Amino acid sequence: MKAFTYARAKTPAEAAAAVAQTPGAKFIAGGTNLLDLMKLQIETPTHLVDVQDLALDRIEPTADGGLRIGALVSNTALSADRRVRSDYGVLTRAIQAGASGQLRNKATTAGNLLQRTRCPYFYDTNMPCNKRNPGSGCSALGGYSRQLGVIGTSDACIATHPGDMAQAMRVLDATVETVDGEGETRAIPIADFHRLWGDTPQIETNLKRGELITAVTLPRPLGGRHFYEKVRDRASYAFALVSVAAVIQRDGSGRVAFGGVAPKPWRVDSAEAAMPQGARAVTALAFAGARPTADNQFKLPLAERTLASVIAQAKA
Amino acid sequence: MEDGNGHGISRRGVIVAGAASAAVVAVPGASEAQGARASVSPPMAKVTLKVNGVQRTLALDTRTSLLDTLREHLKLTGTKKGCDHGQCGACTVLVNGQRINSCLSLAVMHQGDEVTTVEGLGTPDKLHPMQAAFVKHDGFQCGYCTPGQICSAVGVLDEIRRGIPSHVQEDVAARPSTSNDEMRERMSGNICRCGAYSNILEAMQEVAGETA
Repeated sequence: MKAFTYARAKTPAEAAAAVAQTPGAKFIAGGTNLLDLMKLQIETPTHLVDVQDLALDRIEPTADGGLRIGALVSNTALSADRRVRSDYGVLTRAIQAGASGQLRNKATTAGNLLQRTRCPYFYDTNMPCNKRNPGSGCSALGGYSRQLGVIGTSDACIATHPGDMAQAMRVLDATVETVDGEGETRAIPIADFHRLWGDTPQIETNLKRGELITAVTLPRPLGGRHFYEKVRDRASYAFALVSVAAVIQRDGSGRVAFGGVAPKPWRVDSAEAAMPQGARAVTALAFAGARPTADNQFKLPLAERTLASVIAQAKA
Repeated sequence: MEDGNGHGISRRGVIVAGAASAAVVAVPGASEAQGARASVSPPMAKVTLKVNGVQRTLALDTRTSLLDTLREHLKLTGTKKGCDHGQCGACTVLVNGQRINSCLSLAVMHQGDEVTTVEGLGTPDKLHPMQAAFVKHDGFQCGYCTPGQICSAVGVLDEIRRGIPSHVQEDVAARPSTSNDEMRERMSGNICRCGAYSNILEAMQEVAGETA
């Protein structure tokens, strides 16, 4: 691990200013992803701004009947919140489908959204990777790509967003609240938070340098039945091959976002409108224009079957 | 060496001595050229932790993980280093009562925190109920993952008691049970290459029954 200086910020604006003004600085909260990457020298910050003392660890009701989740609320605490379990079950299910108990105790809400891909070539510093070393090439395109993306990818990168929580946030239409180095705040719809890779796979979100996530807000509850179905190589503690986050209403309409397939939670409005027609109709539209590799083309029928399973459960 | 077992050398002593010589290799010329090297010495931080009920203050390289702090600086070698990347669970300890991977946490992030390791749960004369149950049910073979398994198991039963939901619950709004399926899911962050899982579950079931 490269050496770094360390400081604890007292306020969100102070933290944002410190990272914006210090070259090589990064925020650290739970540290479960960043420290892993620092040990491998994939991340090499020269200064860490620890945000754990910021009072961002509460879940509060909003004026319009939703919830405001502090950026530092742990994955465990968020999944266990009584209001989340009863009104936003897809979120509890998605969080509990990811990582291990130890990691969920430390990982934060904001950090979960910012976690980096688990593409094996991003992790292997001996191999070219446009995300880790822009311009060096993509080893995954001609390599082992079973876990990787089938849609929304580019000629520069076929990695996926690895998380589970983000798919739930996407079907719930969450909003990411931030503060920047000048103290300016803004609210970013979750749909616009993660970027498609394009020619710049090293830029993964639309956050500016030093912009700090302070909260994620949820609109008022949707009702309906909530599902997070995750297909993976082990029954627990493995990243998704394909996952389906869905909220399905009694009339068969609903919302769905797919995980494990794209650089961001994959939700397509026109596909969602086909929910009453069934899984085949939805996935035909959601995955139109998909560009799978020979290794991961199985994800397309797997996505359809996973959604079919969810729809069947909703009807049961 | 701090072991003081009267044999002059022990397995732990060898490990400690090895770590010390490795540290010398990592900082070439540190002893003979301190003046010239002062500008490249790594940033240090003073860290105060309460480990197994005892307050400890250390001056540490900011890079030091909580795991290395316990093993290399406090000589509490019960907590094990497996993968050092949060994948195996061998380094699991309880921090302020919650189980975490000590390898994926920096000591400087734990200023003032209360850390409990396997050495702090019980003693050879007065085992923690989970330690006693692991012995009774043969919840290990080689033993390397065991301190992490025990700390994690203690954390799991507390999480169930506090009503933390899990992936295998039918109804996530309901209170979780202490079923075998629940234990298996909740312990998935602790790998045992000897495959002692079924006996670990029996040990946990026994303790869960006693504390229910």
